[in-house]
Amino acid sequence: MSTELVIQLNTLLAAMILLTSFALLVQRRMFAILHIFAWQGFFLGLSTAVIGFATGEHHLYISSLLTLVMKVILLPYILYTLIHKLKIHREIESVMNTPATMLAGIGLVIFSYHLTAPVRQLSTLMTRSTLAVALATVMLGLLMMVTRRHAVSQIIGFLAMENGLFFAATSATYGMPMVVELGVALDLLIAAFIFGIFFFHINTTFDSLDVEQMAKLKEGD
Amino acid sequence: MTLHPMGIELLQLILLPLLAPAFVGWVKIVKCRMQGRTSPGLLQPYRDIRRLFIKDVVLADNASWIFRVTPYLAFGVILMTAGIIPLISVDLPLAATADIIALVMLFAIVRFFTALAGMDIGTAFGGMGSSREMMISSLAEPAMLMAIFTVSLASSSTSLTQMVSVMANGHFMIRPSLAFSLIAFILIALAETGRIPVDNPATHLELTMIHEAMILEYSGRYLALIEWAGMMKLMVFFSLGIAAFLPWGIAGSGDPLSLLLRGLFFVAKLAVGGVVMVLIETGLAKMRIFRLPEYLGSAFLLATLGMIAFFILE
Repeated sequence: MSTELVIQLNTLLAAMILLTSFALLVQRRMFAILHIFAWQGFFLGLSTAVIGFATGEHHLYISSLLTLVMKVILLPYILYTLIHKLKIHREIESVMNTPATMLAGIGLVIFSYHLTAPVRQLSTLMTRSTLAVALATVMLGLLMMVTRRHAVSQIIGFLAMENGLFFAATSATYGMPMVVELGVALDLLIAAFIFGIFFFHINTTFDSLDVEQMAKLKEGD
Repeated sequence: MTLHPMGIELLQLILLPLLAPAFVGWVKIVKCRMQGRTSPGLLQPYRDIRRLFIKDVVLADNASWIFRVTPYLAFGVILMTAGIIPLISVDLPLAATADIIALVMLFAIVRFFTALAGMDIGTAFGGMGSSREMMISSLAEPAMLMAIFTVSLASSSTSLTQMVSVMANGHFMIRPSLAFSLIAFILIALAETGRIPVDNPATHLELTMIHEAMILEYSGRYLALIEWAGMMKLMVFFSLGIAAFLPWGIAGSGDPLSLLLRGLFFVAKLAVGGVVMVLIETGLAKMRIFRLPEYLGSAFLLATLGMIAFFILE
């Protein structure tokens, strides 16, 4: 496989990651959001493996495997069982201005492209052009957390942000040291458990996972 | 022996109106097969057009010249696009007269006059259809321009023939930008030609209709021309998609045998495209009209993403 083809393949995967970020941003149904999140993890893991293959940095294979196990299987599974147990799988978010969110998202992508321009000029890595996509994924995850009112989709936005950070690490420096990556993976897993506990408490207290409810100070408004 | 480029141009102008009803017939055949019905056959659209041409015209008393001119205008303008879109050759002398932006404007002219004609008689259905059509087109047109611009960027030209020859001769590359704009283009083409998630071409007299509501007052040869123009428009959109995104095998010399082969190849691509459209149409239900801005918004998003991907990644 030539370097040219590898770069193009990585570009394609970066484009797919960007597409899934936008899909997360505008998707309303709970399970569909989970599926898209799993796909994003899949593209991320694949892209990491491709970079590892192209550069000969073999520890990237381990992070790729870790990503695939964590973000394609484990985290979606945990969230899936949570959604099932809390019986919120039929819920869809109603209050959301989709076109405005999309336009804001496009603005963020252009902004991150502009922001990473100096890095792109200095860097000699072959993944330098995907850095903008990585930053955009972080920002789109943040935008998702801001625009959503449902706790589960906010969490997914948070996890998508983490995906973006991971992608930024691989495209800016060919990945973080193994210890850091293992630590982050463990943190994420623990975070998912804590989220689960929080969901449970929010749901039992407010009878809904809509975080807007928490803004109310008095009962029975 | 080679055919003069002007001859190929003329050939294309004849090919479009002759082939368009057969294409619509083909789409109907595949659709009927998919839904387990018997189909009316490949020639039914021709028979429909002939029947309408034989029938008398019934005109409302207050129909103005706009109402009477619109069918001819729609037919003529759509026919003109066959002069600039490469169907079987990229060596088109008339292509220098209009680029891709002018092409989008040509479609806009047709839509503008059809909408005026819809309101001309003053029936409630006509006005409703016109207003809906305008809403859709105001959202679809920028998205279409964005999708096309990505191809223009990749081939650094807005002239269709130039774009096609650059794309057809370039070496193979994985281009996510073009994939995005192709998906956006398909979404928009479904909206612009009034196919299923947006409009249902098979219904009349329902509150959901858009295009049919505008042309409800037409009859006889006027209706025949408008229907024929609609069929041609469908084929033009397919040809545009083929020319912009799948141009392989379109360029070549002007000798008749090669032209014939390329023509057959083009028909094969059209047939496959028709099957793809039927798959989309059978798989989806018609959308509520208030969901359409979201649908077209996502088309715009995809087209813009394609353009951004071109700048960022390629």
